[in-house]
Amino acid sequence: MLQIQRISKSFGGVKATDDVSLDFADGTLTAVIGPNGAGKSTFFNLITGAFRPDQGRIMLDGVDMVGRSPPEIVRHGIGRAFQVASIFPSLTVEETMLAAVGVDQRRAEVLHRRFPLPETRERAAHTLEMLGLADKRQRRAMTLSHGDQKLLDIALALVLNPKVLLLDEPTAGMGPEERWRMIEKVHELWTREKLTLIFIEHDMDIVFKIAPLIVVLCYGRVLATGTPEQIRANPAVIDAYLGTEQHEGAA
Amino acid sequence: MSELQADRSSGRVVAGAGQRRSAAGADLLIAAIGFAVLVSLPFLFSSKALVDFVIRCAAYGLFATSLNLLVGYTGLISFGHGMFFGLGAYSFGLLMQRTGLSIPAAFVLTLLISAVAGLVIGAICVRLKEIYFAFVTLAFQMLIHSVILSWQPLTGGDQGLRGGIPRPVFLGIDLGNQLHLYIASCALLVVGLLLMRQIAQSPFGYTLRMVRDNATRASFIGINVWRVKLAVFVLAGMFASVGGVIMSLFVSGAYPEFAYWTISGEGIFINMLGGVTTFIGPMVGTVLLLILNDTATRLTEHYGIILGVVILFFALGLRKGLMDFVVEWYAERRDKASTRETST
Ligand SMILES: Nc1ncnc2c1ncn2[C@@H]1O[C@H](COP(=O)(O)OP(=O)(O)OP(=O)(O)O)[C@@H](O)[C@H]1O
Ligand SMILES: [Mg+2]
Repeated sequence: MLQIQRISKSFGGVKATDDVSLDFADGTLTAVIGPNGAGKSTFFNLITGAFRPDQGRIMLDGVDMVGRSPPEIVRHGIGRAFQVASIFPSLTVEETMLAAVGVDQRRAEVLHRRFPLPETRERAAHTLEMLGLADKRQRRAMTLSHGDQKLLDIALALVLNPKVLLLDEPTAGMGPEERWRMIEKVHELWTREKLTLIFIEHDMDIVFKIAPLIVVLCYGRVLATGTPEQIRANPAVIDAYLGTEQHEGAA
Repeated sequence: MSELQADRSSGRVVAGAGQRRSAAGADLLIAAIGFAVLVSLPFLFSSKALVDFVIRCAAYGLFATSLNLLVGYTGLISFGHGMFFGLGAYSFGLLMQRTGLSIPAAFVLTLLISAVAGLVIGAICVRLKEIYFAFVTLAFQMLIHSVILSWQPLTGGDQGLRGGIPRPVFLGIDLGNQLHLYIASCALLVVGLLLMRQIAQSPFGYTLRMVRDNATRASFIGINVWRVKLAVFVLAGMFASVGGVIMSLFVSGAYPEFAYWTISGEGIFINMLGGVTTFIGPMVGTVLLLILNDTATRLTEHYGIILGVVILFFALGLRKGLMDFVVEWYAERRDKASTRETST
């Protein structure tokens, strides 16, 4: 159970996160939506330790994550992928996975053995298979297509067996068809791995189709939470967000 | 990186753990052959100049290869790595002159001193961002140099450690004998290179590559970036100090120039010459620089100009070191050959 309790974060005068409280029950799939600059990425950055909240608590299974470093938080079971794919350009896809599993097995500083360690192979191969990257395992990460780089970024988070997986716009920069393929993969991951998955997404069709739970952020605050039906019917959301979208769509 | 390319191509054929172990075996074999060749040189050519040349290659080669652990593998551009070279030379020289320790004991103690210095200086430096890291390491280099100059009673100031370094015989090895010193230097070089190769190909070596490629991502998969950088800074410093030990034995003393910032500059230059994307690049760069150095100083007084032109040729002309160039050229040729095969 991930419990966010009254966290806030300001950058200068900008309140990027403003008194946000949210609970994410184990095994749930939640979409976070909100206009540009609403504080969605900041929300993830606070949970994963990239920034320290000005106030509030972030409890994972009863343990406070605030003040811990990103590597510590990862070890507690919160993994993430980034809005702009964040990978290791000169490593191959397979090396990336093998090295990441090694890190998770606390073998990142082993000096006396050769890379890759045999005990890392199975999990690395399994994750590549699951994300459909297996046939590109010998490719260097920098030579992958944009979509495959996003997949590799997700694979990097997933291969660590997180309890909670945060995906910051997994479909960013993709065409419509690729988007759906990606989101189906994300949905499949969630059903297969039974992890707590929170993802940020701009595309309303996608969100309403696959997310059982939705959180709407606006100016750093939680505007609404609920099921797709509840969100669609929420006047504040229609006003602040969906309304403008529909106008844009109509224009 | 070309080296990774090379790794990858071999990885396609060899996949299992057994084959990985044989990769280590191959390194051992190459090291053994290299050592045998080096040791046989003085018996094939009775040239004192050659012996001296190889000893200097051992000293600078260890130093430059250790710098590549920082620059090429971790992306840490240190402008002050030469401080460990100087520290090694002075620590070892002073221990031998003043304590009456045996050579192996003084050697181990020198390694310890470098490790502690690396730990303290590294703890201050490795959190800094690129350019600040470079400058602060340079500042420490200058600090150590000026301490050596001003602490005259201990270091002899600008005169250096004079009076020779005593070389008590140990295990039948007499480093006062030029041939023994030669073989010992070759042994230190080969063992040092093997150890650094092992570091580069270990899981830790891949952690270094991840930190170099994307330190932020590395920390978000659970790598303690700061600790990893500190660890490699200490290790590289220890290997660099072994280069200093060889140098102090070679000249039977230690001079402030060994700790001057130009040593760090030469280390960077060697890495540019040889290239940082292969493990052996810095070793090739060392041999190139020393040949260049020796011929240029013999032929002309304008040594600096020649070096400058060569640097510009590599930096602007090739845009990479010699070994980077060779490996890429080889890979291209192989790719062309394989496309020809598939098309016929
Ligand atoms: N490191 C930072 N320093 C200063 N301001 C920041 C920083 N990170 C975010 N902000 C500000 O906080 C606000 C929220 O940014 P954030 O990136 O969280 O938005 P977002 O909802 O992810 O937007 P988008 O949909 O464009 O990705 C913005 O006003 C942004 O400028
Ligand atoms: Mg964002």
